[in-house]
Amino acid sequence: MTTLAYAVRDSRTMLRRNLKHMLRYPSLTIMLIAQPVLFLLLFVYVFGGTMGAGLPGGGGRDAYLGYVAPAILVITVSSVALSIAIYAAKDATEGIIDRFRTMPIARSSVLTGLVAAAVVQTAFAVTVVLGLALALGYRPDAGVPGWLGAIGILTLLAIALTWLCVALGLAAGSVETASNTPMFLMIMPFLSSAFVPTDSMSTGLAWVAEHQPFTPVIDTLRAFLDGRDPGSDAVWAIGWCLLVTVLCFAWSRRLFSKVRAG
Amino acid sequence: MNLTTPAIEVAALRKAYGDQVVLDGLDLTVPAGTVYALLGPNGAGKTTTVNICSTLLAPDAGTVAVAGHDVRTRSDAVRRSIGLTGQFSAIDELLTGRENLRLMADLAHLSRPDARARVDEQLARFGLTEAADRRAATYSGGMKRRLDLAMTLVSRPQVIFLDEPTTGLDPRSRRDLWQIVRELVADGVTILLTTQYLEEADQLAHTVGLLDGGRLVAEGTPAELKAQSGGETLDDVFLALTGHAAEVVR
Repeated sequence: MTTLAYAVRDSRTMLRRNLKHMLRYPSLTIMLIAQPVLFLLLFVYVFGGTMGAGLPGGGGRDAYLGYVAPAILVITVSSVALSIAIYAAKDATEGIIDRFRTMPIARSSVLTGLVAAAVVQTAFAVTVVLGLALALGYRPDAGVPGWLGAIGILTLLAIALTWLCVALGLAAGSVETASNTPMFLMIMPFLSSAFVPTDSMSTGLAWVAEHQPFTPVIDTLRAFLDGRDPGSDAVWAIGWCLLVTVLCFAWSRRLFSKVRAG
Repeated sequence: MNLTTPAIEVAALRKAYGDQVVLDGLDLTVPAGTVYALLGPNGAGKTTTVNICSTLLAPDAGTVAVAGHDVRTRSDAVRRSIGLTGQFSAIDELLTGRENLRLMADLAHLSRPDARARVDEQLARFGLTEAADRRAATYSGGMKRRLDLAMTLVSRPQVIFLDEPTTGLDPRSRRDLWQIVRELVADGVTILLTTQYLEEADQLAHTVGLLDGGRLVAEGTPAELKAQSGGETLDDVFLALTGHAAEVVR
């Protein structure tokens, strides 16, 4: 077998290991899904009536559900990514990492296996949250291309945020720190077009919101699910995701070569 | 590796962390098929030596060859020949014993039937068959250490590093582990063992090296060292040769 074939095989082995971890920690998966579900219920049933009235063109709770549902899906991706920082930190602080480092395996497989498992878990979590949104009355207008686009951008975002969280987890040095440092991923969507249109914010904040990565990602997903063409938002969204992926992949690999258990 | 190539050859090895010199020109040769016990108090540089030989840590100066391969330039070849069981348990506690062993078999690229056979064989050998499908987190200290060593052996390494393998084990588990070490040597495996227990070195090692202050202060068979220092036990030897007692708990 070639080096690449071994790397793929080792990554698959590590993927299986991480999926087993996730299956054995169902409480963590439930918590990850509970967070976006709570946001969805809160924003639709508590704030939705008033927020909907403030949307361009007006509307009520139903209109706001249509506006906020794509943002909640993006928050679901963040929520899963957060947990990956914990898995990465746990691996890095336990003795087994030294075992992997003394074995003739593709080093990157430890990390790519974790990222692959995160993408699987994200797909599961997003499906559950989307199912709930549909049950509450969310009716996306997307056709087949729109759905494919939505799946595509959510996958790219999941890969980018997971690599970011792998790096943060490895850099953390402890599981406790790793559960705190990526929290900004839950705050950032609030300062984006997730919950309100950016032009309704104060001038300075609107500028920040328009230029931070979550806004083009959420706008792109919203466009795909509404059956519209996302236009230049898609270019920005894909660009941001690829940039974060490449930088954090390199950063993770550097950190991984240095981590030492014990 | 042929029979005349030493399994481990360390020459003029130096390692420092900032101002603190840990290894100060260490020379060490372990012939293939023997057990070498590196004995010394905490901080003598035992773990650092093992970590460098097992490619976890880069040396500052000197050369280290394991199974005939340089650890710096041919680390992958070294990794194919070695197994490491360290002081900290290197098992996956969320997986069962069987799954832990299977993980090692898969990473060693064994075929499916080979992997299954090897896993069952290791479970039986280490008395873990009954507990095979329980999560490793539920294992006792002795069982965890046995699983750890079983995982190290899945890929049939020629050179095995055991860093304080029996620290914290009860006397029975310790004797079980000694028995396994003897069996491995009978199969032709080379073992570098670090320990704070003088009795352990006395029981298992062909050669004992006394490490103090980052270099070897004495080396020989347990009998030679006892004769050389006029001591009855390795405790006496240690005291006579280093001027201070080894911090031992027997």
